[in-house]
Amino acid sequence: MYRYIIRRLIQMVPLLIGISILVFLLVHLSPGDPIRMLLGEDATEEDVERLNAIYGFDLPLHIQYFRWLSNALRGNLGVSIRQGIPVTTLIFERMGATLELAIVSVIIAILLGIPLGIVAAVKRGSVWDYLSMIVALLGVSTPSFWLALMLLSHVALKVEFLPMFGRDGSVFKGLWILVTQFRADELLTGLRYVLLPAFSIGASMMAIITRLTRSSLLEVLGKDYIRTARAKGLGDRIVVLKHALRNALLPVITIVGIQFGAMLGGAVVTETVFAWPGVGRLIVNAISQRDFPIIQGGVLMMAIIFTMVNLAVDLSYALVNPRIRYD
Amino acid sequence: MKQLLRSKSALTGLIIIGILIFVAIFADRIVPKDPYEMDIWESFRPPEGLRGEYILGTDDMGRDVLSRIIMGSRVSLLVAAVATGVSLFFGVTLGAVAGYVGGTTDAIIMRLMDLILAFPSVLLAIAIVAALGPGVANAMLAIAIVRIPAMVRVTRSTVLNLKEEEFVVAGKALGLSHTRILFRHILINCYAPILVVATLNMGTAITVEATLSFLGLGAQPPTISWGRMLALGRDAIRSAPYITLFPGLAIVFTVLGFNFLGDGLRDISDPQLRGR
Repeated sequence: MYRYIIRRLIQMVPLLIGISILVFLLVHLSPGDPIRMLLGEDATEEDVERLNAIYGFDLPLHIQYFRWLSNALRGNLGVSIRQGIPVTTLIFERMGATLELAIVSVIIAILLGIPLGIVAAVKRGSVWDYLSMIVALLGVSTPSFWLALMLLSHVALKVEFLPMFGRDGSVFKGLWILVTQFRADELLTGLRYVLLPAFSIGASMMAIITRLTRSSLLEVLGKDYIRTARAKGLGDRIVVLKHALRNALLPVITIVGIQFGAMLGGAVVTETVFAWPGVGRLIVNAISQRDFPIIQGGVLMMAIIFTMVNLAVDLSYALVNPRIRYD
Repeated sequence: MKQLLRSKSALTGLIIIGILIFVAIFADRIVPKDPYEMDIWESFRPPEGLRGEYILGTDDMGRDVLSRIIMGSRVSLLVAAVATGVSLFFGVTLGAVAGYVGGTTDAIIMRLMDLILAFPSVLLAIAIVAALGPGVANAMLAIAIVRIPAMVRVTRSTVLNLKEEEFVVAGKALGLSHTRILFRHILINCYAPILVVATLNMGTAITVEATLSFLGLGAQPPTISWGRMLALGRDAIRSAPYITLFPGLAIVFTVLGFNFLGDGLRDISDPQLRGR
């Protein structure tokens, strides 16, 4: 087991180096000269050269890369061209909001998807089964940002409880306050703001979870050990929830992990729709302003988080499922 | 083909896609109004239904929403088709080589794919277009790049399975070249799973294209695309929510069609997975 973990960690190194090279090159593929864009057409050649020297754009590409990488490793991702604020500061201010959004989306998807999948499998051919099928089909076919727009115009505009834009307080901080001080107000405010954006991102994952829970549970319910359990005279509820579900949920866990990246990607656009103050919106705004250090830093951070989550999922899967081979 | 028509889901998908292709090809003939014509006096007319002048209403510039949706189908389908075609070509080639040759070549190709998969795909597509500059061609390229790994994986695993089959061994014994065995004998036998992934990729490509256009990174004005219609309609979301409703429904309808077809094809090619 330890050897497996260490091997996976070592495998991460070339991947992370690859990610850094790709992110670095991405910006240098760009046809426009950011300095010229920043200074406008009236800029003198001298000004351009001076700023190029400050940002290091005049050095050979590989030297620029190593400089950028050694800075990045020390937590310095450069300074925003437009705002003059360190990129790391900008990203860390917003990372919490993005992670909160992604995590709440996953929780919503699990809380809705698994029960619906269970009901669909147990009551096969019933109204619930068809409902789950429709949810699954629509969920994977609906772009999250359009769902966000629809929730905005058809729910947020009509239900006063759910605000249209922004974020107020943090759900996790609210949870902490609830546990320590028995006050629910902060949690409630946080939830009011996060609910709609999280649902629009989580809908597709909910669809996938519903479908997978259903098919996986159906398969497990046909196994011999379930028949044995039933033959022992155990009730339906215990057989399904205690015996079958445990095995049926293994593929669901994997999918949750794989889909987490899609959540982060979906969050990028949904954040702009709901004016959610996260990294996604930061990146999208930076793109329209051609603020390359922010784009670079933002994409890099998202990719690193994504990779870490995938690693965590792989490792936890190995823990949950003792049958996995470590070699 | 017979099986295709017997599968309910594949048939539904085929019908939807057939309608869409028809609409896209004859878009300029079936539009009820000129999709580009602005008329400020007619702006924000709500949907009037089939009998009305503006069936799905008008946008902020008084342009007919239905005509614009019909016209917009062209860009969506074209971008998705070209992007899927490109990812199909490179994905199948790389996947086939990786699976057939194995060893270091395989390792290099697969590590490159891991690298692409290390980014959330929508974010990578956005970043690529942001770097290359907005536009239809760059959007196609970006979508193609993020969809290549799926093609490579499915091709590689099918080729790996077929590599040890008797007909391949026979081909080698006959002294056929590796290229000939791979591209004439092996690939011809693994079209089914590749076709499934390509079909499902079309749906994803439509979504990503809409996302890019929504962010202003895809088709540029005056070209009409569904994503851009959503972006424009967003400003009027309080007063005229229907402007964002209908182009979105068009996207859902299209993606649904490809998902139906993909699922149906999978059921046919792999009966064990039926009903999943």
